[in-house]
Amino acid sequence: MPSITGVSAVDELPGPEGHGPLQGDRASTGQLGDRLFSGTARGAGLLVIALVSMIAVFLLSQALPALAKDKVSFLTSTQWDVDGTPLQFGIANMLWVTVLSSAIAMLIAVPFGVGVALFITQYAPAWLSRPAATLVDLLAAVPSIVYGLWGLQVFGPHMAGVQADLERLFGWFPLFKDAGVGAASTILTVAVVLSIMVLPIVTALSREVFAQTPSSHTDAALALGATRWEMIRTAVLPFGKQGVISASMLGLGRALGETVAVMIILSALADGTSWSWSMFNGGETFASKIANNAAEFDSPQKAGAFMAAGLVLFLLTFVVNVIARIVIERQKAFTE
Amino acid sequence: MAKRIDLKDLNVFYGAFKAVEDVTMTVEPRSVTAFIGPSGCGKSTLLRTLNRMHEVIPGGRIEGSVHLDDDDIYAANVDPVAVRRTVGMVFQRPNPFPTMSIADNVAAGLRLNGLKNKKVLAEKVEASLRSANLWNEVKDRLSKPGAGLSGGQQQRLCIARAIAVEPQVLLMDEPCSALDPISTLAIEDLVTELKSTYTILIVTHNMQQAARVSDRTAFFNLAATGKAGRLIEMDDTQKMFSNPTQRTTEDYVSGRFG
Repeated sequence: MPSITGVSAVDELPGPEGHGPLQGDRASTGQLGDRLFSGTARGAGLLVIALVSMIAVFLLSQALPALAKDKVSFLTSTQWDVDGTPLQFGIANMLWVTVLSSAIAMLIAVPFGVGVALFITQYAPAWLSRPAATLVDLLAAVPSIVYGLWGLQVFGPHMAGVQADLERLFGWFPLFKDAGVGAASTILTVAVVLSIMVLPIVTALSREVFAQTPSSHTDAALALGATRWEMIRTAVLPFGKQGVISASMLGLGRALGETVAVMIILSALADGTSWSWSMFNGGETFASKIANNAAEFDSPQKAGAFMAAGLVLFLLTFVVNVIARIVIERQKAFTE
Repeated sequence: MAKRIDLKDLNVFYGAFKAVEDVTMTVEPRSVTAFIGPSGCGKSTLLRTLNRMHEVIPGGRIEGSVHLDDDDIYAANVDPVAVRRTVGMVFQRPNPFPTMSIADNVAAGLRLNGLKNKKVLAEKVEASLRSANLWNEVKDRLSKPGAGLSGGQQQRLCIARAIAVEPQVLLMDEPCSALDPISTLAIEDLVTELKSTYTILIVTHNMQQAARVSDRTAFFNLAATGKAGRLIEMDDTQKMFSNPTQRTTEDYVSGRFG
C-alpha cells in the first residue's frame, strides 16, 4: 500500500515460525535467475531510499534561502507575509491547526476503527462480516473532494448544536472557546471528516492482524474460561497491538497530509487574527495553506517560504513514524 | 475437588459431519485416563466436548449427555464459560500468552475470575508454579516473557496456568507431542503427581506414555476415513496393554496397524 508514512502492518506480521517475514536465508546460489532477482530487489530498495533522501534534499535546498531571509522566528511566529520585504513568515498557526485536527481525527478514528475491525473479525456472523468489511473499504474509495463538499454542505451545519453545547459546558477551557467561526468551517468539523477518511485505513489493517490471531492464543484464553470480550483482551488485542499502531500511523499520515477536503471545509483566517487554541477556530493546515497559494509561487523567495512549510510537514510525518517504530520495537521482546 | 465424569450416548457433530459416535464411559476422580487411537478417530474432539471447547469451531454440537458428578454441563442454563473455569485444558503446542510475563501467564485465569489482590495473586502464582515443577527454574525471572522459555518449560507453564484456577478436571491434548524426551518425562512425572488432586484425561499417540502414566485407557477407532470415531474398548491400562478383549485393540497397542 503506497503511503507517505512508510509503516505498514505487513512489516510487523510474524512469519509462520514467529520471526519477521523478510529475513534472508543465505540460500543464494549465484545462478543467473537468483542474481537477476536479488539485483532487482536491491535496486528497488535503494531507489526508495534515494527518492526519500532526494525529496528531503529538494525541500531543504529550496527552503533554506528563503529561511535565511526570514525576519521573524520561523517556528513560533504566526505571521505569513511573503510578498513584501522584509520577508516575514512563521508556521505556528499551521502547525497547531495541522496537529490539532489530525490528533482529534485519530482520537475518533482509532477506537472506532478498532471497534469495527473487532466486530468484523470476532463478533459478526460470517454472512455479515464480508459485506461489512467491503463497505468500510469503500469509504476509502470516496474522493477527498467529495468528503470536502459533504463536510461543508451536509455534515458541517449539523455541528452547530454540538459546538454550542461544548462551548457552553467547557468554554472556560481554551480548547473549547468560541472563536467566532461558523460551525461548518471549524477545525473540529475538519477533524471529524478526516476521521471518516482515516477510518477505512485503520479498520482494514487492524482487521487483517486481528484475523491472524493464532487459534492457539484464542483457545488458550477460552479454555481458561474467558468470555468473548476477555478473550479479545487477553489474546486478540495484544497480538494485534503492533498492527493497530502501524495502521494508526498510516492513518495519521493521511490525516496530516490531507489537502482538498481540509481546504474546502476550513475557513482561512484573515491576516493578523489573534491567536486561539480553540478547536472551533478556522485556519489552515500545512497542506491546505500550500494548496491555497499554489498560484503564487512566482518568485523563488515565495516558493521557498512554502517549501519550508512543506519541509516541516515532511519532518512531522517522519517524527511520528520514528516514534511509532520505537513503540513497536519496545514491544518486540514480548512477542518473539 | 476432583470430579467424576459420566458420558452417556455421546455423539459429536461438526455441522452435518458426525465426528464421534455413541460414546458412553465413566471416568473416576483422581485418576489418569489415556485416550489412544489412530489420527482422526475423534479423541481430541471428544476431549474438547468435556469443556465445551468444540463449540468454538463453527457447527460444533453434541447429542447425549456429559455429567461432572451430578451436574449436566450441557444443561440449558449452563454457561460454557463457567464449564471451562472448572475444566482446565492443556494443548498440543505450548501456548503461553506471548505478550505476558511468566507470572502474568499463570495469573491470567485468576484475573479472569476477578482476583485482584496482589499478595494473593503472587502466592497462587508461586504455588501453581511449584505444583507444575517449574518454580525453581523461573523464580528469578517471573517478569520475563513466557515465550522465552524452552518448549518443555512453556508446556509446564501452561499446566501451571491451567491448575492456578483450581479446576476439577484437567484435559491434556497430546501435551508432549511437540517436546523432546526429557521434557516429556518431566511432564509425565508431573501428571503422576497431579493425579492426587485432579481428574486427568490425556490424549496421546505414544503407547509407552499411555502405559506409563494412565490408570485406565480408552481405545478409539474409526471404521473408515470420513466415518465417525467410536470407543472400541476401555479398561485398566495394564489389561489394555497385556490382554485386551478386542482384537483391534491388541493390534493397535502392539503396533500391528495405525
